[in-house]
Amino acid sequence: MSSRRSRSRQSGASRISDDQIADLVSRLQQLIPEIRNRRSDKVSASKVLQETCNYIRSLHREVDDLSDRLSELLESTDSDSAQAAIIRSLLM
Amino acid sequence: MVEPSVISNPDTNPNASRKKRRKIGSDYPNGAAAEPCGNRWRTETEQQIYSSKLVDALRHLRRPDSADAAVRTVRDAADRVLAVSAKGRTRWSRAILARRLSLRLSQIRKKHKRAARPDAGLKKPAVQKKLPPLQRKVRALSRLVPGCQKLSLPNLLEETTDYIAALEMQVKAMAYITGILNGVPAAAAAGGGSLAD
Repeated sequence: MSSRRSRSRQSGASRISDDQIADLVSRLQQLIPEIRNRRSDKVSASKVLQETCNYIRSLHREVDDLSDRLSELLESTDSDSAQAAIIRSLLM
Repeated sequence: MVEPSVISNPDTNPNASRKKRRKIGSDYPNGAAAEPCGNRWRTETEQQIYSSKLVDALRHLRRPDSADAAVRTVRDAADRVLAVSAKGRTRWSRAILARRLSLRLSQIRKKHKRAARPDAGLKKPAVQKKLPPLQRKVRALSRLVPGCQKLSLPNLLEETTDYIAALEMQVKAMAYITGILNGVPAAAAAGGGSLAD
Protein backbone atom coordinates (compact mmCIF):
# COMPACT_ATOMS: atom_id res chain seq x y z
CA MET A 1 0.00 0.00 0.00
CA SER A 2 2.63 2.46 1.00
CA SER A 3 4.56 1.81 -2.17
CA ARG A 4 1.55 2.70 -4.26
CA ARG A 5 1.11 5.93 -2.40
CA SER A 6 4.72 6.94 -2.86
CA ARG A 7 4.41 6.13 -6.52
CA SER A 8 1.51 8.46 -6.99
CA ARG A 9 3.46 11.15 -5.23
CA GLN A 10 6.33 10.60 -7.61
CA SER A 11 4.12 10.99 -10.65
CA GLY A 12 3.56 14.59 -9.68
CA ALA A 13 -0.15 14.45 -8.89
CA SER A 14 -1.00 15.46 -5.38
CA ARG A 15 -3.96 14.11 -3.45
CA ILE A 16 -4.77 11.27 -5.82
CA SER A 17 -6.43 8.69 -3.67
CA ASP A 18 -6.17 5.00 -4.20
CA ASP A 19 -9.93 4.97 -4.58
CA GLN A 20 -9.76 7.27 -7.57
CA ILE A 21 -7.13 5.12 -9.19
CA ALA A 22 -9.12 1.98 -8.44
CA ASP A 23 -12.18 3.61 -9.97
CA LEU A 24 -10.36 4.55 -13.16
CA VAL A 25 -8.76 1.13 -13.40
CA SER A 26 -12.14 -0.53 -13.05
CA ARG A 27 -13.50 1.74 -15.78
CA LEU A 28 -10.62 0.74 -18.00
CA GLN A 29 -11.38 -2.84 -17.16
CA GLN A 30 -14.81 -2.51 -18.72
CA LEU A 31 -13.32 -1.48 -22.02
CA ILE A 32 -10.92 -4.35 -22.49
CA PRO A 33 -12.77 -7.26 -24.08
CA GLU A 34 -10.26 -9.74 -22.69
CA ILE A 35 -11.08 -8.85 -19.14
CA ARG A 36 -14.75 -8.02 -19.62
CA ASN A 37 -15.51 -11.47 -20.96
CA ARG A 38 -13.72 -13.26 -18.23
CA ARG A 39 -16.26 -12.13 -15.67
CA SER A 40 -13.97 -12.08 -12.66
CA ASP A 41 -14.33 -9.27 -10.18
CA LYS A 42 -10.83 -9.18 -8.81
CA VAL A 43 -8.42 -8.34 -11.55
CA SER A 44 -5.15 -6.81 -10.49
CA ALA A 45 -4.21 -3.36 -11.69
CA SER A 46 -1.11 -4.85 -13.23
CA LYS A 47 -3.18 -7.25 -15.30
CA VAL A 48 -5.50 -4.46 -16.42
CA LEU A 49 -2.56 -2.32 -17.54
CA GLN A 50 -0.95 -5.20 -19.35
CA GLU A 51 -4.14 -6.10 -21.18
CA THR A 52 -4.72 -2.44 -22.00
CA CYS A 53 -1.32 -2.18 -23.64
CA ASN A 54 -1.92 -5.39 -25.55
CA TYR A 55 -5.32 -4.21 -26.67
CA ILE A 56 -4.08 -0.84 -27.89
CA ARG A 57 -1.27 -2.55 -29.78
CA SER A 58 -3.71 -4.93 -31.44
CA LEU A 59 -5.96 -2.01 -32.40
CA HIS A 60 -2.96 -0.24 -33.92
CA ARG A 61 -2.17 -3.38 -35.88
CA GLU A 62 -5.72 -3.56 -37.14
CA VAL A 63 -5.61 0.04 -38.28
CA ASP A 64 -2.31 -0.62 -40.05
CA ASP A 65 -3.76 -3.67 -41.73
CA LEU A 66 -6.84 -1.77 -42.86
CA SER A 67 -4.69 1.09 -44.12
CA ASP A 68 -2.74 -1.44 -46.11
CA ARG A 69 -5.86 -2.83 -47.71
CA LEU A 70 -7.30 0.60 -48.37
CA SER A 71 -4.11 1.77 -50.03
CA GLU A 72 -4.12 -1.33 -52.22
CA LEU A 73 -7.67 -0.60 -53.27
CA LEU A 74 -6.78 3.00 -54.04
CA GLU A 75 -3.72 1.90 -56.00
CA SER A 76 -5.82 -0.45 -58.05
CA THR A 77 -7.79 2.44 -59.47
CA ASP A 78 -5.09 2.77 -62.10
CA SER A 79 -6.01 -0.55 -63.66
CA ASP A 80 -8.72 -1.10 -66.18
CA SER A 81 -10.84 -3.53 -64.23
CA ALA A 82 -14.50 -2.89 -63.66
CA GLN A 83 -14.00 -2.66 -59.93
CA ALA A 84 -11.31 -0.03 -60.36
CA ALA A 85 -13.62 2.03 -62.54
CA ILE A 86 -16.35 1.90 -59.95
CA ILE A 87 -13.98 2.85 -57.14
CA ARG A 88 -12.79 5.71 -59.23
CA SER A 89 -16.31 6.97 -59.75
CA LEU A 90 -17.06 6.67 -56.04
CA LEU A 91 -13.95 8.31 -54.74
CA MET A 92 -12.75 10.71 -57.36
CA MET B 1 -4.67 39.55 -11.19
CA VAL B 2 -7.13 37.64 -13.28
CA GLU B 3 -6.09 37.05 -16.81
CA PRO B 4 -8.84 38.03 -19.24
CA SER B 5 -9.88 35.01 -21.24
CA VAL B 6 -9.35 35.85 -24.86
CA ILE B 7 -10.94 32.73 -26.17
CA SER B 8 -14.64 33.10 -25.56
CA ASN B 9 -15.85 29.85 -27.10
CA PRO B 10 -15.49 27.14 -24.49
CA ASP B 11 -15.92 24.39 -27.05
CA THR B 12 -12.73 25.10 -28.91
CA ASN B 13 -10.52 25.28 -25.87
CA PRO B 14 -12.04 24.32 -22.56
CA ASN B 15 -8.67 24.62 -20.86
CA ALA B 16 -8.18 28.28 -21.71
CA SER B 17 -9.69 29.71 -18.57
CA ARG B 18 -8.38 27.02 -16.24
CA LYS B 19 -5.12 27.43 -14.41
CA LYS B 20 -5.00 23.94 -13.00
CA ARG B 21 -4.92 21.24 -15.59
CA ARG B 22 -4.05 18.25 -13.51
CA LYS B 23 -7.28 17.63 -11.66
CA ILE B 24 -9.79 15.30 -13.20
CA GLY B 25 -13.20 16.73 -13.86
CA SER B 26 -12.22 20.33 -13.36
CA ASP B 27 -10.99 20.62 -16.92
CA TYR B 28 -14.41 20.15 -18.37
CA PRO B 29 -16.96 22.43 -16.75
CA ASN B 30 -19.64 21.42 -19.22
CA GLY B 31 -20.19 18.19 -17.35
CA ALA B 32 -20.50 14.69 -18.65
CA ALA B 33 -21.05 15.68 -22.24
CA ALA B 34 -17.59 17.08 -22.70
CA GLU B 35 -15.73 14.57 -20.54
CA PRO B 36 -13.35 12.34 -22.41
CA CYS B 37 -15.08 9.18 -21.25
CA GLY B 38 -15.24 7.68 -24.71
CA ASN B 39 -18.99 7.34 -25.06
CA ARG B 40 -19.27 9.78 -27.93
CA TRP B 41 -17.17 7.51 -30.12
CA ARG B 42 -19.64 4.69 -29.78
CA THR B 43 -22.59 6.35 -31.49
CA GLU B 44 -23.56 5.42 -35.02
CA THR B 45 -23.61 9.09 -35.97
CA GLU B 46 -20.02 9.64 -34.95
CA GLN B 47 -18.90 6.68 -37.00
CA GLN B 48 -20.78 7.88 -40.05
CA ILE B 49 -19.35 11.36 -39.74
CA TYR B 50 -15.87 9.91 -39.44
CA SER B 51 -16.40 7.60 -42.42
CA SER B 52 -17.53 10.37 -44.70
CA LYS B 53 -14.70 12.66 -43.62
CA LEU B 54 -12.19 9.89 -44.16
CA VAL B 55 -13.50 9.12 -47.64
CA ASP B 56 -13.23 12.79 -48.42
CA ALA B 57 -9.64 12.83 -47.20
CA LEU B 58 -8.80 9.71 -49.21
CA ARG B 59 -10.21 11.41 -52.27
CA HIS B 60 -7.63 14.15 -51.95
CA LEU B 61 -4.54 12.13 -51.14
CA ARG B 62 -1.44 12.92 -53.10
CA ARG B 63 -0.03 10.28 -55.38
CA PRO B 64 2.39 8.21 -53.29
CA ASP B 65 5.93 7.43 -54.40
CA SER B 66 5.93 3.83 -53.25
CA ALA B 67 3.66 1.21 -51.81
CA ASP B 68 4.95 1.93 -48.31
CA ALA B 69 4.32 5.61 -48.74
CA ALA B 70 0.79 4.80 -49.88
CA VAL B 71 0.05 2.88 -46.69
CA ARG B 72 1.55 5.66 -44.62
CA THR B 73 -0.52 8.36 -46.26
CA VAL B 74 -3.71 6.37 -45.71
CA ARG B 75 -2.79 5.71 -42.07
CA ASP B 76 -1.88 9.37 -41.52
CA ALA B 77 -5.13 10.52 -43.08
CA ALA B 78 -7.13 8.14 -40.92
CA ASP B 79 -5.35 9.33 -37.76
CA ARG B 80 -5.62 12.97 -38.70
CA VAL B 81 -9.36 12.80 -39.36
CA LEU B 82 -9.80 10.91 -36.10
CA ALA B 83 -7.83 13.50 -34.16
CA VAL B 84 -9.78 16.36 -35.73
CA SER B 85 -13.04 14.68 -34.78
CA ALA B 86 -12.00 14.89 -31.15
CA LYS B 87 -12.33 18.66 -31.42
CA GLY B 88 -9.24 19.34 -29.34
CA ARG B 89 -10.78 17.98 -26.17
CA THR B 90 -8.23 15.29 -25.54
CA ARG B 91 -4.50 15.32 -25.23
CA TRP B 92 -3.92 12.38 -27.54
CA SER B 93 -5.81 14.04 -30.39
CA ARG B 94 -3.90 17.29 -29.99
CA ALA B 95 -0.65 15.32 -29.92
CA ILE B 96 -1.49 13.54 -33.18
CA LEU B 97 -2.15 16.83 -34.94
CA ALA B 98 0.96 18.45 -33.46
CA ARG B 99 3.28 15.62 -34.37
CA ARG B 100 2.43 15.87 -38.05
CA LEU B 101 3.93 19.34 -38.04
CA SER B 102 7.06 18.40 -36.14
CA LEU B 103 7.50 15.20 -38.15
CA ARG B 104 8.45 17.10 -41.28
CA LEU B 105 11.03 19.19 -39.45
CA SER B 106 12.59 16.21 -37.73
CA GLN B 107 12.76 14.29 -41.01
CA ILE B 108 14.67 17.13 -42.62
CA ARG B 109 16.94 17.45 -39.62
CA LYS B 110 17.60 13.73 -39.58
CA LYS B 111 18.58 13.74 -43.22
CA HIS B 112 21.19 16.43 -42.62
CA LYS B 113 22.50 14.74 -39.49
CA ARG B 114 22.79 11.34 -41.09
CA ALA B 115 24.68 12.80 -44.01
CA ALA B 116 27.19 14.31 -41.60
CA ARG B 117 27.50 11.32 -39.25
CA PRO B 118 26.50 7.80 -40.31
CA ASP B 119 25.78 6.65 -36.78
CA ALA B 120 23.75 9.67 -35.77
CA GLY B 121 20.47 7.84 -35.53
CA LEU B 122 21.78 4.91 -33.58
CA LYS B 123 22.40 6.37 -30.17
CA LYS B 124 20.32 4.70 -27.47
CA PRO B 125 20.53 5.31 -23.74
CA ALA B 126 22.69 2.70 -22.09
CA VAL B 127 21.18 3.23 -18.66
CA GLN B 128 19.10 0.28 -17.50
CA LYS B 129 16.53 1.47 -15.02
CA LYS B 130 14.90 -1.21 -12.95
CA LEU B 131 11.45 0.13 -12.23
CA PRO B 132 8.83 -1.75 -10.28
CA PRO B 133 6.69 -3.81 -12.68
CA LEU B 134 3.54 -1.70 -12.29
CA GLN B 135 5.47 1.46 -13.05
CA ARG B 136 6.97 -0.17 -16.10
CA LYS B 137 3.51 -1.05 -17.41
CA VAL B 138 2.30 2.49 -16.81
CA ARG B 139 5.24 3.79 -18.80
CA ALA B 140 4.55 1.32 -21.61
CA LEU B 141 0.95 2.49 -21.71
CA SER B 142 1.97 6.13 -21.73
CA ARG B 143 4.12 5.44 -24.77
CA LEU B 144 1.22 3.89 -26.65
CA VAL B 145 -1.18 6.78 -26.19
CA PRO B 146 0.08 9.79 -28.16
CA GLY B 147 1.27 12.75 -26.16
CA CYS B 148 0.70 11.19 -22.79
CA GLN B 149 4.19 10.30 -21.67
CA LYS B 150 4.36 12.80 -18.86
CA LEU B 151 0.83 12.63 -17.55
CA SER B 152 -0.15 11.65 -14.05
CA LEU B 153 -1.73 8.26 -13.72
CA PRO B 154 -5.37 9.33 -13.41
CA ASN B 155 -5.15 11.63 -16.43
CA LEU B 156 -3.36 8.94 -18.37
CA LEU B 157 -6.14 6.48 -17.61
CA GLU B 158 -8.77 8.98 -18.69
CA GLU B 159 -7.00 9.67 -21.97
CA THR B 160 -6.63 5.94 -22.46
CA THR B 161 -10.34 5.22 -22.11
CA ASP B 162 -11.14 7.87 -24.70
CA TYR B 163 -8.33 6.78 -26.99
CA ILE B 164 -9.42 3.15 -26.95
CA ALA B 165 -13.01 4.05 -27.78
CA ALA B 166 -11.80 6.27 -30.64
CA LEU B 167 -9.54 3.53 -32.00
CA GLU B 168 -12.38 1.04 -31.93
CA MET B 169 -14.53 3.42 -33.94
CA GLN B 170 -11.67 4.03 -36.35
CA VAL B 171 -11.32 0.29 -36.95
CA LYS B 172 -15.05 -0.15 -37.48
CA ALA B 173 -15.29 2.76 -39.90
CA MET B 174 -12.24 1.74 -41.92
CA ALA B 175 -13.47 -1.85 -42.11
CA TYR B 176 -16.80 -0.55 -43.34
CA ILE B 177 -15.18 1.56 -46.05
CA THR B 178 -12.89 -1.29 -47.09
CA GLY B 179 -15.85 -3.63 -47.23
CA ILE B 180 -17.72 -1.29 -49.49
CA LEU B 181 -14.79 -0.78 -51.83
CA ASN B 182 -14.13 -4.50 -51.89
CA GLY B 183 -17.67 -5.56 -52.47
CA VAL B 184 -18.22 -2.79 -54.96
CA PRO B 185 -19.32 -4.89 -57.91
CA ALA B 186 -21.89 -6.64 -55.72
CA ALA B 187 -23.12 -3.38 -54.23
CA ALA B 188 -23.37 -1.73 -57.62
CA ALA B 189 -25.30 -4.68 -59.00
CA ALA B 190 -27.74 -4.53 -56.12
CA GLY B 191 -28.13 -0.80 -56.55
CA GLY B 192 -26.60 -0.07 -53.15
CA GLY B 193 -25.95 3.39 -51.79
CA SER B 194 -23.12 5.43 -53.15
CA LEU B 195 -20.48 7.15 -51.06
CA ALA B 196 -20.26 10.00 -53.50
CA ASP B 197 -23.62 11.34 -52.40
